[in-house]
Amino acid sequence: MSEAGSAAVDPIHQFHINVLAPLDLFGVDASFTNSALFMLIAAAAVILVMLIGTGGKKVVPGRMQATAEMAYEFVADMVRSVCGESGMKFFPLVFTLFVFVLACNLIGLWPYTFEVMAQIIITAGLAFSIILLTIVYGIWKHGFHFFGLFKPSGVMPALLPFIIIIEILSFISRPISLSVRLFANMLAGHIMLVVFGGFCVMLLGAGFSYLAPLPLLGITVLTAFELLVSVLQAYVFAVLTCVYINDAIHPGH
Amino acid sequence: MATQGAEGHAAGTEVPAGHAHEDVFPPFDSTYFAPQLIWLALIFGCLYLLMSKVALPRVAGILSTRKQTIGDDLAAANKAQQDAAAAAAAHEATLTEAKSKAQALGQAAHAEAAKAADASRSKLEAELGAKLAEAEKKIGETKTAAMANVEGIATEVAHAILQHVTGKPADSAAVAAAVAATKA
Repeated sequence: MSEAGSAAVDPIHQFHINVLAPLDLFGVDASFTNSALFMLIAAAAVILVMLIGTGGKKVVPGRMQATAEMAYEFVADMVRSVCGESGMKFFPLVFTLFVFVLACNLIGLWPYTFEVMAQIIITAGLAFSIILLTIVYGIWKHGFHFFGLFKPSGVMPALLPFIIIIEILSFISRPISLSVRLFANMLAGHIMLVVFGGFCVMLLGAGFSYLAPLPLLGITVLTAFELLVSVLQAYVFAVLTCVYINDAIHPGH
Repeated sequence: MATQGAEGHAAGTEVPAGHAHEDVFPPFDSTYFAPQLIWLALIFGCLYLLMSKVALPRVAGILSTRKQTIGDDLAAANKAQQDAAAAAAAHEATLTEAKSKAQALGQAAHAEAAKAADASRSKLEAELGAKLAEAEKKIGETKTAAMANVEGIATEVAHAILQHVTGKPADSAAVAAAVAATKA
């Protein structure tokens, strides 16, 4: 994008972290970066819809309040259907996760913005926190019984050791799959967009300007597709969070 | 590139990663793990607090208020409908009552009129009866008088017939006795 001279566009450049305000916190680097800036923008967008949009508390809602209500009911239905009524105490967490990831993804789709969820440390930070929360809550609520999660009922005793090992492995891989899924989806999609944009530039530079609309059409289609992926991955992230929380609430299989 | 300067500055503080930093795939660049995690925790934490303490209770309040309002409105509409039905029933009852009252009134008026007509008719009949009786009495008297005259005439005629047939004067007392005897 900014390599003005060369025809080749670096699709990785968009994921570079730029320090906007260096900050050192007790020897730990806590600089305000473009990543933090776009997290802040996403949070501001959520606050705009959820707090300012609902300020009127109207019985007949306006556009923003209707959006806030739809988001509320959507996530509430999701949590209720996956975790049951007892899972509703995790509803604020799932809701915040969903709208935060969604806002980051949607804002990241704009040209010249930054995709926060294409940073593995962000998705891993969220995913490991969620898994840690489910483990702590599960043990606090059920004690040792929480580990019954690894022992499915109705399995032949001979197979039980293998099944338990598989269950433990699948549990350990949960935070990895949860974080990598979101990260890889957003990363790949944004690389694709820039690659197609690069095709466009290269074709124009090489004199095949009559072919240049083809990748442009590709970008248009991809952008629509990325919109779908952005929403879908936010939804998948929230649903899987619900599933893991449900395991902590009801550890018996 | 503005990036380069900033990165150079950050890389300068991180001595061992200083050189390798240029080639590493940016999302896997551990230099910026700490600041990103710190800001994620800060921003996500604040967002979570705002959502769970302010926004979500507010939306829940809005939704329950709406549900309540709709329920109340429906109940009010139901009540209004019932009231309307009751009013219609009351109106119907009043109408029926008025009708029956009017009917009763009409019947009473009719009966009174009939009674009055009856009374005047019977009075007239009585008068007529009295006149008739008087007339009959008169006729009777006239008849009696006429009958008395007829006896005299009959006696005289019998006397004359007897005189004429016998050629000699008849005893009028005997003729009168004979006529009376015949009449009886």
